[in-house]
Amino acid sequence: MATAGSVMGLGRRARPRGPASIGRRLGRAAKGALPPLVFAAIALGLWQLYATVSGVSSATLPKPTEIAKALVEERSLLLENAWVTIEEILLGFGLAIVVGIILAVLIRSSRIIERAIYPWLVASQMVPIPAIAPLIVIWTGFDLRPKVIVIALVCFFPITVNAIDGLRAADPELLNLLKTLRAGRWQRFRKAQLPAALPFIFSGLKVGAAFSVIGAVFAEWVGSSEGLGYLILLLNNQTATTAMFAVIVVLAAIGIGLFLLVRLLEHLALPWYYEGRGEEPEGLGIDTGQS
Amino acid sequence: MADAGAGIANGSVPKLRAEGLCKTYPSAGGPGDVAALRDVEFEVGAGEFVSIVGPSGCGKSTLFSIIAGLIRPSAGNVLLDGSEPKQLLGEIGYMLQRDLLMPWRTVLDNTTVGLELNGVSRRKARRRALDEFERFGLTGFERHWPAKLSGGMRQRAALLRTFLAGRQVMLLDEPFGALDALTRQRMQEWLLDIWQEDSKTIVFVTHDVEEAVFLSDRVHVMSGRPGRIVLSLEVDLPRPRNPQVTMTEKFLGLKQRLMEPLEEAIGPPGKREA
Repeated sequence: MATAGSVMGLGRRARPRGPASIGRRLGRAAKGALPPLVFAAIALGLWQLYATVSGVSSATLPKPTEIAKALVEERSLLLENAWVTIEEILLGFGLAIVVGIILAVLIRSSRIIERAIYPWLVASQMVPIPAIAPLIVIWTGFDLRPKVIVIALVCFFPITVNAIDGLRAADPELLNLLKTLRAGRWQRFRKAQLPAALPFIFSGLKVGAAFSVIGAVFAEWVGSSEGLGYLILLLNNQTATTAMFAVIVVLAAIGIGLFLLVRLLEHLALPWYYEGRGEEPEGLGIDTGQS
Repeated sequence: MADAGAGIANGSVPKLRAEGLCKTYPSAGGPGDVAALRDVEFEVGAGEFVSIVGPSGCGKSTLFSIIAGLIRPSAGNVLLDGSEPKQLLGEIGYMLQRDLLMPWRTVLDNTTVGLELNGVSRRKARRRALDEFERFGLTGFERHWPAKLSGGMRQRAALLRTFLAGRQVMLLDEPFGALDALTRQRMQEWLLDIWQEDSKTIVFVTHDVEEAVFLSDRVHVMSGRPGRIVLSLEVDLPRPRNPQVTMTEKFLGLKQRLMEPLEEAIGPPGKREA
């Protein structure tokens, strides 16, 4: 490409970076990861000690080492079912993102729509999902659909609410300025309202990501013959506590993985949000992102 | 014309003319309407630098929003080149005390937004903007995020955005109001240079009489609510001007004459609003 911009290194990707910044960032990440890892090690050590000394049966409280062993031994069973659950989560979460953001845009686009929809949106969160999940199964069957719908129901709300707040965040004076530059409604949305909303939307996505795993387990409990949630039910019936713990570990890993994925996307999508402040949030990224 | 002082010297059609502008808002709690502007009338010739000074709350911002086409006056017209434009919005450049740079765009991409909105390709827009970066003292900061710039640089970037949009008339609403005194002085001189090179028509709002006299060909003083123009003065100081001019007797005399109605509008010191 021989555009003026790229010749001069002004392409969108060529963001300025301090020279030592990658090394420094890695160092900071390592430093940030240390406290939670040490804490986890201590907690697991105490757990192991208690389970060993007290002689509690592994059907009640298995030792961490036994859980680790189960993770390795049952890996094919776990993986097989993990894929099912991951697929449900990705589809459900994806649906929640699409629906959540479309709802937010609709609500922000007109007062009448806002008044008509918003109260019902809040009311929808008062309906216990466990109560309507069986209905969804009755309506849609035992396949992927009810799981995707339940997961989407569980996690669209934080996405929508944050997106609504975000779409309010654009400075009204900036919108006026854009009007004087002859920006139409769509251009004002694309150039100002949407970028201003993105940090909020990502906050909603992070909460939604955490909820999605809960949604998946629940959806599988209501009606499923595979997946990690189903596996928990099955193992519970067999009092296979150690294997249940192994499933929980995998579920937690999926949740954390999804959360970190959202955070990674956030950093890629919002370089200005982090670099512009010259301050990177510390830690593994399990924090809320606010500092 | 009723207000003789507000006319321009030569008989040609003014670039911008405000005709009997009134604005009333429905009152929030009480009966009756609140008048923000009453019969504001003035003209600006092509290439002129005109300032409007007034106490805070005198309706300067309302006046600007009307001229920019953002709100409609309750009465009166805004004429461009002697006629009423079909749509005023988008015909006039506009800049506020707050720079309103978009934090998600680099400095360069902030300055090009007006060009982009007028259909210029991003590549061409960037090239045009880069040509101006030196004159606007922004060289080396093209790829920075606005958050990393000083207040003066941010205002220059905002002004470059307004300049590049290419409108002949520009409204600058206290653009240097938030800057420290020294930066402000430098920015004033720099603005005069830019204005003289580009022969733009500028309407400048400030509450600083000295700033108004130093920059302008003509200064209009607005009264407190409802805002109206109570005094218009020609500033016949030679150009180009440098800061020394602010020490001359003529400058001080003009400043004195402009201060009088302003102090009247504000009221005695004891009653002054915070």
